[in-house]
Amino acid sequence: MASHTELPELREQFETPEQQKEISTLGMWTFLVTEIMFFGGLFLAYSIYRHEFAAVFGLASNQLNIVIGAVNTAVLICSSFTMVMAVHAAQIGSRKALIIFLILTILLGGVFLGVKAYEWNEKFEQHHVPGPSFHLAGTQQQGPAQLFFSLYFTMTGLHALHMVVGEGLMLFLLWGAIAGKYGPHYYTPVDIGGLYWHFVDIIWIFLFPLLYLIARHQH
Amino acid sequence: MQEHSTSVTTYAAVFISLLVLTAATSLVATVDLGPFNVVVALFIAVVKMMLVALFFMHLRNSTILTKVVVGGGMLWLGILLLFSLSDVLTRGWLPVPGK
Repeated sequence: MASHTELPELREQFETPEQQKEISTLGMWTFLVTEIMFFGGLFLAYSIYRHEFAAVFGLASNQLNIVIGAVNTAVLICSSFTMVMAVHAAQIGSRKALIIFLILTILLGGVFLGVKAYEWNEKFEQHHVPGPSFHLAGTQQQGPAQLFFSLYFTMTGLHALHMVVGEGLMLFLLWGAIAGKYGPHYYTPVDIGGLYWHFVDIIWIFLFPLLYLIARHQH
Repeated sequence: MQEHSTSVTTYAAVFISLLVLTAATSLVATVDLGPFNVVVALFIAVVKMMLVALFFMHLRNSTILTKVVVGGGMLWLGILLLFSLSDVLTRGWLPVPGK
Protein backbone atom coordinates (compact mmCIF):
# COMPACT_ATOMS: atom_id res chain seq x y z
CA MET A 1 0.00 0.00 0.00
CA ALA A 2 1.22 3.48 -0.86
CA SER A 3 2.44 5.39 2.17
CA HIS A 4 1.90 9.06 2.93
CA THR A 5 5.58 9.89 2.57
CA GLU A 6 5.64 8.57 -1.00
CA LEU A 7 2.54 10.54 -1.99
CA PRO A 8 2.63 14.17 -0.81
CA GLU A 9 -0.89 14.76 -2.23
CA LEU A 10 -2.39 12.11 0.07
CA ARG A 11 -3.84 13.87 3.11
CA GLU A 12 -3.35 12.18 6.46
CA GLN A 13 -7.04 11.49 7.12
CA PHE A 14 -7.17 9.12 4.13
CA GLU A 15 -5.85 5.58 3.92
CA THR A 16 -5.39 5.41 0.16
CA PRO A 17 -5.38 7.79 -2.84
CA GLU A 18 -8.50 5.99 -4.11
CA GLN A 19 -10.38 6.80 -0.92
CA GLN A 20 -9.29 10.44 -1.12
CA LYS A 21 -10.46 10.73 -4.75
CA GLU A 22 -13.80 9.09 -3.95
CA ILE A 23 -14.46 11.52 -1.12
CA SER A 24 -13.48 14.54 -3.25
CA THR A 25 -15.81 13.39 -6.03
CA LEU A 26 -18.65 12.80 -3.58
CA GLY A 27 -18.06 16.25 -2.04
CA MET A 28 -18.28 17.94 -5.44
CA TRP A 29 -21.46 16.07 -6.33
CA THR A 30 -23.01 17.04 -3.00
CA PHE A 31 -22.28 20.68 -3.81
CA LEU A 32 -23.72 20.21 -7.30
CA VAL A 33 -26.92 18.76 -5.81
CA THR A 34 -27.37 22.00 -3.81
CA GLU A 35 -26.88 23.83 -7.12
CA ILE A 36 -29.56 21.65 -8.74
CA MET A 37 -31.99 22.64 -5.98
CA PHE A 38 -31.04 26.30 -6.37
CA PHE A 39 -31.55 26.39 -10.14
CA GLY A 40 -34.56 24.07 -9.73
CA GLY A 41 -36.45 26.83 -7.91
CA LEU A 42 -35.84 29.19 -10.84
CA PHE A 43 -36.92 26.58 -13.39
CA LEU A 44 -40.08 26.03 -11.34
CA ALA A 45 -40.83 29.78 -11.19
CA TYR A 46 -40.33 29.98 -14.96
CA SER A 47 -42.66 26.99 -15.58
CA ILE A 48 -45.44 28.40 -13.41
CA TYR A 49 -45.37 31.88 -14.98
CA ARG A 50 -45.07 30.43 -18.47
CA HIS A 51 -48.23 28.44 -17.78
CA GLU A 52 -49.94 31.52 -16.34
CA PHE A 53 -49.00 33.89 -19.19
CA ALA A 54 -48.40 31.47 -22.07
CA ALA A 55 -49.16 33.86 -24.93
CA VAL A 56 -47.00 36.77 -23.70
CA PHE A 57 -44.14 34.46 -22.70
CA GLY A 58 -44.26 32.94 -26.18
CA LEU A 59 -44.15 36.36 -27.81
CA ALA A 60 -41.28 37.49 -25.55
CA SER A 61 -39.38 34.23 -26.06
CA ASN A 62 -39.53 34.70 -29.85
CA GLN A 63 -37.66 38.02 -29.46
CA LEU A 64 -34.53 36.06 -28.52
CA ASN A 65 -32.15 35.20 -31.34
CA ILE A 66 -32.39 31.45 -31.97
CA VAL A 67 -29.23 31.31 -34.13
CA ILE A 68 -27.08 33.00 -31.49
CA GLY A 69 -28.61 30.75 -28.82
CA ALA A 70 -27.92 27.56 -30.80
CA VAL A 71 -24.35 28.60 -31.70
CA ASN A 72 -23.62 29.45 -28.07
CA THR A 73 -24.99 26.04 -27.02
CA ALA A 74 -22.59 24.42 -29.50
CA VAL A 75 -19.70 26.52 -28.12
CA LEU A 76 -20.49 25.32 -24.60
CA ILE A 77 -20.69 21.68 -25.74
CA CYS A 78 -17.28 22.09 -27.44
CA SER A 79 -15.89 23.43 -24.15
CA SER A 80 -17.30 20.39 -22.31
CA PHE A 81 -15.53 18.16 -24.83
CA THR A 82 -12.18 19.97 -24.40
CA MET A 83 -12.71 19.72 -20.63
CA VAL A 84 -13.22 15.96 -20.69
CA MET A 85 -10.18 15.68 -22.97
CA ALA A 86 -8.18 17.68 -20.39
CA VAL A 87 -9.16 15.14 -17.71
CA HIS A 88 -8.20 12.35 -20.10
CA ALA A 89 -4.82 14.02 -20.79
CA ALA A 90 -4.15 14.21 -17.04
CA GLN A 91 -5.13 10.54 -16.67
CA ILE A 92 -2.63 9.40 -19.28
CA GLY A 93 0.00 11.82 -17.97
CA SER A 94 0.32 14.10 -20.98
CA ARG A 95 1.13 17.48 -19.43
CA LYS A 96 1.29 19.25 -22.79
CA ALA A 97 -2.16 18.02 -23.91
CA LEU A 98 -3.60 18.92 -20.49
CA ILE A 99 -2.34 22.49 -20.82
CA ILE A 100 -3.64 22.81 -24.41
CA PHE A 101 -7.11 21.47 -23.56
CA LEU A 102 -7.41 23.67 -20.47
CA ILE A 103 -6.51 26.74 -22.56
CA LEU A 104 -9.08 25.71 -25.20
CA THR A 105 -11.72 25.31 -22.48
CA ILE A 106 -10.93 28.78 -21.10
CA LEU A 107 -11.10 30.29 -24.61
CA LEU A 108 -14.43 28.61 -25.45
CA GLY A 109 -15.85 29.74 -22.10
CA GLY A 110 -14.70 33.26 -22.99
CA VAL A 111 -16.43 33.06 -26.39
CA PHE A 112 -19.67 31.99 -24.67
CA LEU A 113 -19.51 34.93 -22.25
CA GLY A 114 -18.64 37.34 -25.07
CA VAL A 115 -21.65 36.24 -27.12
CA LYS A 116 -23.83 36.51 -24.00
CA ALA A 117 -22.62 40.09 -23.44
CA TYR A 118 -23.50 40.92 -27.07
CA GLU A 119 -26.99 39.46 -26.58
CA TRP A 120 -27.60 41.37 -23.35
CA ASN A 121 -26.45 44.59 -25.00
CA GLU A 122 -28.97 43.98 -27.78
CA LYS A 123 -31.72 43.67 -25.16
CA PHE A 124 -30.79 47.11 -23.77
CA GLU A 125 -30.95 48.63 -27.26
CA GLN A 126 -34.35 47.04 -27.94
CA HIS A 127 -35.81 48.21 -24.58
CA HIS A 128 -36.29 44.60 -23.48
CA VAL A 129 -34.69 45.14 -20.10
CA PRO A 130 -37.27 45.31 -17.26
CA GLY A 131 -37.59 48.85 -15.94
CA PRO A 132 -39.12 52.25 -16.82
CA SER A 133 -38.05 52.14 -20.49
CA PHE A 134 -39.30 48.58 -21.07
CA HIS A 135 -41.50 48.02 -24.07
CA LEU A 136 -42.42 44.83 -25.91
CA ALA A 137 -44.26 45.44 -29.18
CA GLY A 138 -47.42 43.48 -29.95
CA THR A 139 -48.99 43.06 -26.52
CA GLN A 140 -50.97 45.01 -23.93
CA GLN A 141 -49.58 42.91 -21.09
CA GLN A 142 -46.31 44.72 -20.42
CA GLY A 143 -46.17 43.37 -16.83
CA PRO A 144 -45.99 39.67 -17.68
CA ALA A 145 -43.65 40.53 -20.59
CA GLN A 146 -41.27 42.16 -18.08
CA LEU A 147 -41.62 39.06 -15.93
CA PHE A 148 -40.29 36.93 -18.80
CA PHE A 149 -37.29 39.16 -19.27
CA SER A 150 -36.69 39.34 -15.49
CA LEU A 151 -36.51 35.55 -15.44
CA TYR A 152 -34.38 35.58 -18.59
CA PHE A 153 -31.83 37.95 -17.06
CA THR A 154 -31.85 36.21 -13.67
CA MET A 155 -31.35 32.73 -15.12
CA THR A 156 -28.84 33.57 -17.86
CA GLY A 157 -27.11 36.01 -15.47
CA LEU A 158 -26.67 33.41 -12.74
CA HIS A 159 -25.54 30.92 -15.36
CA ALA A 160 -22.97 33.43 -16.66
CA LEU A 161 -21.80 34.05 -13.09
CA HIS A 162 -21.18 30.32 -12.77
CA MET A 163 -19.23 30.47 -16.03
CA VAL A 164 -17.05 33.26 -14.63
CA VAL A 165 -16.35 31.14 -11.53
CA GLY A 166 -15.61 28.21 -13.86
CA GLU A 167 -13.12 30.32 -15.81
CA GLY A 168 -11.39 31.10 -12.50
CA LEU A 169 -11.25 27.38 -11.66
CA MET A 170 -9.79 26.62 -15.11
CA LEU A 171 -7.09 29.27 -14.63
CA PHE A 172 -6.24 27.70 -11.27
CA LEU A 173 -6.01 24.25 -12.91
CA LEU A 174 -3.91 25.68 -15.74
CA TRP A 175 -1.50 27.16 -13.21
CA GLY A 176 -1.24 23.76 -11.50
CA ALA A 177 -0.81 21.97 -14.84
CA ILE A 178 2.02 24.31 -15.87
CA ALA A 179 3.67 23.65 -12.51
CA GLY A 180 3.40 19.93 -13.30
CA LYS A 181 1.19 19.09 -10.32
CA TYR A 182 -1.11 16.67 -12.13
CA GLY A 183 -0.42 13.25 -13.57
CA PRO A 184 -1.83 9.71 -13.63
CA HIS A 185 -1.17 9.34 -9.88
CA TYR A 186 -3.02 12.54 -8.96
CA TYR A 187 -5.49 14.50 -11.08
CA THR A 188 -8.45 14.87 -8.68
CA PRO A 189 -8.63 18.70 -8.96
CA VAL A 190 -8.87 18.45 -12.78
CA ASP A 191 -11.54 15.77 -12.42
CA ILE A 192 -13.79 17.65 -10.00
CA GLY A 193 -13.16 20.98 -11.75
CA GLY A 194 -14.51 19.17 -14.81
CA LEU A 195 -17.59 18.06 -12.87
CA TYR A 196 -18.39 21.71 -12.11
CA TRP A 197 -17.81 22.77 -15.73
CA HIS A 198 -20.07 20.03 -17.12
CA PHE A 199 -22.75 20.87 -14.58
CA VAL A 200 -22.83 24.49 -15.77
CA ASP A 201 -23.13 23.09 -19.31
CA ILE A 202 -26.15 20.99 -18.25
CA ILE A 203 -27.90 24.08 -16.83
CA TRP A 204 -27.52 25.76 -20.23
CA ILE A 205 -28.78 22.62 -21.98
CA PHE A 206 -32.10 23.27 -20.19
CA LEU A 207 -32.05 27.06 -20.40
CA PHE A 208 -31.66 27.02 -24.19
CA PRO A 209 -34.90 25.17 -25.09
CA LEU A 210 -36.92 26.72 -22.25
CA LEU A 211 -35.97 30.34 -23.00
CA TYR A 212 -35.33 30.30 -26.75
CA LEU A 213 -37.28 27.47 -28.37
CA ILE A 214 -40.54 26.93 -26.60
CA ALA A 215 -42.73 29.13 -28.87
CA ARG A 216 -40.84 29.08 -32.18
CA HIS A 217 -43.54 27.06 -33.93
CA GLN A 218 -46.05 29.88 -33.39
CA HIS A 219 -44.14 32.15 -35.73
CA MET B 1 -9.35 1.87 -8.01
CA GLN B 2 -12.19 1.04 -10.42
CA GLU B 3 -10.88 3.47 -13.02
CA HIS B 4 -12.35 2.30 -16.30
CA SER B 5 -10.70 4.91 -18.44
CA THR B 6 -13.15 5.91 -21.16
CA SER B 7 -11.65 6.01 -24.64
CA VAL B 8 -11.28 9.16 -26.73
CA THR B 9 -13.54 7.54 -29.35
CA THR B 10 -16.38 7.36 -26.82
CA TYR B 11 -15.89 11.01 -25.84
CA ALA B 12 -15.87 12.05 -29.51
CA ALA B 13 -19.06 10.03 -30.19
CA VAL B 14 -20.81 11.69 -27.22
CA PHE B 15 -19.58 15.10 -28.39
CA ILE B 16 -20.94 14.60 -31.92
CA SER B 17 -24.25 13.29 -30.53
CA LEU B 18 -24.60 16.40 -28.37
CA LEU B 19 -24.03 18.69 -31.37
CA VAL B 20 -26.50 16.71 -33.51
CA LEU B 21 -29.11 16.86 -30.73
CA THR B 22 -28.61 20.64 -30.43
CA ALA B 23 -29.23 21.05 -34.17
CA ALA B 24 -32.22 18.67 -33.96
CA THR B 25 -33.89 20.51 -31.08
CA SER B 26 -33.40 23.88 -32.82
CA LEU B 27 -34.96 22.61 -36.07
CA VAL B 28 -37.83 20.65 -34.49
CA ALA B 29 -38.78 23.76 -32.52
CA THR B 30 -39.82 25.54 -35.75
CA VAL B 31 -42.26 22.75 -36.68
CA ASP B 32 -45.73 23.02 -35.16
CA LEU B 33 -46.34 19.91 -33.03
CA GLY B 34 -48.97 21.55 -30.84
CA PRO B 35 -48.47 20.69 -27.17
CA PHE B 36 -45.71 18.23 -28.09
CA ASN B 37 -43.16 20.95 -28.90
CA VAL B 38 -42.47 21.33 -25.17
CA VAL B 39 -42.36 17.57 -24.67
CA VAL B 40 -39.86 17.03 -27.52
CA ALA B 41 -37.66 19.97 -26.41
CA LEU B 42 -37.50 18.71 -22.82
CA PHE B 43 -36.98 15.10 -23.90
CA ILE B 44 -33.96 16.09 -26.03
CA ALA B 45 -32.62 18.22 -23.15
CA VAL B 46 -32.91 15.26 -20.76
CA VAL B 47 -31.10 12.97 -23.24
CA LYS B 48 -28.30 15.57 -23.56
CA MET B 49 -28.12 15.86 -19.77
CA MET B 50 -27.80 12.08 -19.44
CA LEU B 51 -25.02 11.96 -22.04
CA VAL B 52 -23.04 14.69 -20.26
CA ALA B 53 -23.62 13.22 -16.78
CA LEU B 54 -22.94 9.57 -17.65
CA PHE B 55 -19.95 10.01 -19.97
CA PHE B 56 -18.36 13.45 -19.45
CA MET B 57 -18.98 13.48 -15.68
CA HIS B 58 -18.13 9.76 -15.43
CA LEU B 59 -21.27 9.00 -13.46
CA ARG B 60 -21.34 5.66 -15.29
CA ASN B 61 -18.16 4.59 -13.47
CA SER B 62 -18.84 6.34 -10.16
CA THR B 63 -19.27 4.60 -6.83
CA ILE B 64 -22.73 3.50 -5.69
CA LEU B 65 -22.61 6.16 -2.95
CA THR B 66 -22.11 8.95 -5.50
CA LYS B 67 -24.93 7.59 -7.67
CA VAL B 68 -27.27 7.46 -4.64
CA VAL B 69 -26.43 11.08 -3.75
CA VAL B 70 -27.10 12.26 -7.32
CA GLY B 71 -30.27 10.15 -7.53
CA GLY B 72 -31.42 11.60 -4.20
CA GLY B 73 -30.88 15.12 -5.53
CA MET B 74 -32.92 14.37 -8.64
CA LEU B 75 -35.65 12.81 -6.49
CA TRP B 76 -35.99 15.98 -4.41
CA LEU B 77 -35.98 18.12 -7.54
CA GLY B 78 -38.79 15.88 -8.84
CA ILE B 79 -40.77 16.39 -5.62
CA LEU B 80 -40.30 20.17 -5.88
CA LEU B 81 -41.50 20.28 -9.50
CA LEU B 82 -44.25 17.65 -9.23
CA PHE B 83 -45.92 18.91 -6.07
CA SER B 84 -45.74 22.60 -7.03
CA LEU B 85 -46.95 22.08 -10.60
CA SER B 86 -49.70 19.63 -9.59
CA ASP B 87 -51.05 22.47 -7.44
CA VAL B 88 -50.76 25.26 -10.01
CA LEU B 89 -51.87 23.28 -13.05
CA THR B 90 -55.02 21.82 -11.44
CA ARG B 91 -56.40 24.97 -9.83
CA GLY B 92 -58.95 25.54 -12.58
CA TRP B 93 -60.31 21.99 -12.58
CA LEU B 94 -62.94 22.35 -9.87
CA PRO B 95 -65.12 25.35 -9.18
CA VAL B 96 -64.46 26.91 -5.80
CA PRO B 97 -67.61 28.16 -4.07
CA GLY B 98 -67.53 31.88 -3.48
CA LYS B 99 -64.72 32.51 -5.92
